[in-house]
Amino acid sequence: MSDAETSDDFDVTTDSTTGDDEFEPVQVFPETEEMDLRPGSDDCYKCSTCDTNCPVAEVDDDFPGPKFQGPEQWRLKRKEDQDIDDSIDKCSNCMRCDSACPSDVPLSQMHNTARGEYVENQMDKLSQEYVRNRILSNYNFFAGLASKVPRLANFVTGLSVTQWAGEKVLGVTSEREFPEFAEQTFREWWTERGGAQVHNPDKRVAYFHGCYSNYNTPEVGKAMVEVFEEFGYEVMVPEQGCSGTPMFANGMLDDARRHAETNVENLVAAIGEGADVIASCTSCSLSLRQEYPELFDIHGIDDVAEHTYEALEYLRIHEDLASELEGTEVDFPDLAYHAPCHARNQGLDGQAIEMIDRIDGVDAEDVGDSCSGISGTYGWKVEKYDLSMQIGEEMFDHMESAEGDVGMTECPTCAMQMGHGTGYEIKHPLEVLDAALVSEDTSRP
Amino acid sequence: MGPVGQSTEGSMAIENDVLVIGGGVAAVASALAARETGADVRLIAHKQSTLRQASGLIDVLGYHPADADDDASRTEPIVDPFEAIEEVPEGHPYERVGAGAVRAGLDLFDDVVGDAYVGGHTDRNALVPTHGGAVKPTARYPASAAAGVASDDRDAFFVGFKSVPGFDALVAADHLRAAGVPFDVRGATIEFPGDLRDDAKLTRYAHLLDRNDAVEVDGRSRPVRQALAERVEERLSGHERVGFPAILGDDHPAEVREALSDLLGAEVFEVPMGPPSLPGMRLSDMLFEALEDAGVRVTTGNPVVDFEADGDRVDRVIAEHTASRVPYRAEQYVLATGGLVGKGIQSDRERVYEPIFDLPVPQPEDRYDWFEEGAFDDHPFARFGVPIDRETRPLDADDEPAYENLRAAGAVVGGYDFAAEKSGSGISLATGYAAGSEAGDRA
Repeated sequence: MSDAETSDDFDVTTDSTTGDDEFEPVQVFPETEEMDLRPGSDDCYKCSTCDTNCPVAEVDDDFPGPKFQGPEQWRLKRKEDQDIDDSIDKCSNCMRCDSACPSDVPLSQMHNTARGEYVENQMDKLSQEYVRNRILSNYNFFAGLASKVPRLANFVTGLSVTQWAGEKVLGVTSEREFPEFAEQTFREWWTERGGAQVHNPDKRVAYFHGCYSNYNTPEVGKAMVEVFEEFGYEVMVPEQGCSGTPMFANGMLDDARRHAETNVENLVAAIGEGADVIASCTSCSLSLRQEYPELFDIHGIDDVAEHTYEALEYLRIHEDLASELEGTEVDFPDLAYHAPCHARNQGLDGQAIEMIDRIDGVDAEDVGDSCSGISGTYGWKVEKYDLSMQIGEEMFDHMESAEGDVGMTECPTCAMQMGHGTGYEIKHPLEVLDAALVSEDTSRP
Repeated sequence: MGPVGQSTEGSMAIENDVLVIGGGVAAVASALAARETGADVRLIAHKQSTLRQASGLIDVLGYHPADADDDASRTEPIVDPFEAIEEVPEGHPYERVGAGAVRAGLDLFDDVVGDAYVGGHTDRNALVPTHGGAVKPTARYPASAAAGVASDDRDAFFVGFKSVPGFDALVAADHLRAAGVPFDVRGATIEFPGDLRDDAKLTRYAHLLDRNDAVEVDGRSRPVRQALAERVEERLSGHERVGFPAILGDDHPAEVREALSDLLGAEVFEVPMGPPSLPGMRLSDMLFEALEDAGVRVTTGNPVVDFEADGDRVDRVIAEHTASRVPYRAEQYVLATGGLVGKGIQSDRERVYEPIFDLPVPQPEDRYDWFEEGAFDDHPFARFGVPIDRETRPLDADDEPAYENLRAAGAVVGGYDFAAEKSGSGISLATGYAAGSEAGDRA
């Protein structure tokens, strides 16, 4: 995590209250009520590593790159009447700059705050782009409606006239097929099965399923529950909103904050009951761990950040997962694994392969460190679609040359892009673990 | 903002025989050397390797350390670094690990990079021109820089690009002539063909050349290598070798160089650059691929921030996984976190310190004594780092090994000024090899 400071724990005037009159350079800026990004900005020594890692700058010559969007724009903004450069809109929020920076500059925090300011002050709220971005980032709301009538929703979104209208009226590309809504959401399944099957006050996890595994891929959520119950955990499924990831990427910070308030309240309650928070989507876990405390000051938000883990990561730390998997056998197709940028950001890019290596009967191959290019809502925008596919090209090539004809990733939108570019079916690592630890279990005599 | 002090009790640790902390040359050398002993090894690094900022040159010893006998011997480049290593002062990392470790470290490096690097045929230093027009004594250099060495007496021509300000061909040529190189050297600055934005990333040029994409020139579309060669050819006037800033390809540098050499009828070479550096990126890719091939587990993105000891042994270290603390456990540890730039050594307004284990770092008490007046003076800060024993174990305040199972390698080790001596990579390889093989043997 970056060493950026937020207003609640950084007080630039601390030293001046000691009564020591000696000059200290840190005192020259007045106290601020806003997020103070100056320490982070000062940490940038202009090595440009972020720029050479930026997948957008690589394919879009109009994008000046993260070094400009972050520390340089922040400095420019110290002047009065300086607008945010509208190229901020081109950043896909993949956050690779964060994991590249050798100096811990909070680049994505700078991008997120600049984008929020841009949308609030400089974007026309009646423009097609604003409306489209608002809709895309509130996927959770629309998916909620659609899942009430999944078959109808799938029928309508599958119509070419819908796609045509989506592109013409909203600016949502017609090149992509809308994700299919599950006939039973994860939460419906959870209620139907009567909630937790294991009760254990000493081993509790609160599952943050996010929008996608609730509405579109409940099989991932089910795998999560089964695997954790196999290890004796009591799974809780608190009420929750969107993690905020698509909202940050579109500068809709007010929407994100509203959801964050709900999430923090409910997750803090679960933590109070002894639970840690688990996510199966790496963007959700990143949001709760990093973006929440970087962007919002909500009571309990640091607690949530400190108690949140990605599912596999949690099992590696709290169970002897490696030994448990050793010698298990599955009948599973070989997998071409793509590590999402947001997993990379949490240092989780190696763990899926490391764990699956221990399971017999399945081979997973890492297809390299390129970005899939979709970055959530980015690749859905009509003007970004081609760039998104250009960024993804390296990953598609590596997937095609990998042994397996089935893909694997933790991120739902990376999965969309992987499927879109190669036609492969895409699995989640939890589904492989489920097959190795649970399903095979039941088939044993 | 990290949850410092939060207990990791109740957590299983992620376990290996040897845990190497860091992501540079020293860390990779340690991990590979440990792995060679058969140990199960993990490398954990905070961020992407800072090797991406390095020139890609592997210096062993270019100039005598500052407390050499006289001024003359400090300003003359060293011809044979292996002879000079025998004379370094006590406490210098080369004195600690010995010339044998330097050779073993270089062997390990040569195995990894294969024919992508040159220089292993001799013990003597090569003189490689840098982007500022200086000549650097170095032991190994990328094959892409080979045709540029200053001992070669063929006339040379430097080509710079308006939009790549890190290399000014005219200035570099002037400097080299002033340095008295045994050949004529001229330069020209041209526009790179195709309309890249003014501050396009260096990787954009490299990838264009890798793929030989078509670019628009005067309304005609032509492959970029050809378009570039045509622009250079007009100015070449018989020079036998041509130096470019090091942007000639990322994935296929040899192919790009060969194609340009053919088109120009002159041998093409790269001049190593400051950050961001393509030779550094290529080297980083090679080293990390070697880790993967050797079966070293690699975890990047998590800084190690703390540790727990059990008597005189390090029991576990704590890595920050975003906001949560996760223990990693091993029999043996190697600290290869870098120096002041890499943040393996840190300073505040009071003191200089090693942030993970808080190992002693010798330093003048008054911070105004950390540096000297002139930019190129012999600054104490340049030597800041942890002192080690002959098994590379960091020493405590009583000059005893601080922890029985903790070793240190690379720039986190003190007692030398790598920038002045030109010894950075050599010390990383030598101490990395020594620390890694000792750790592996004992794990």
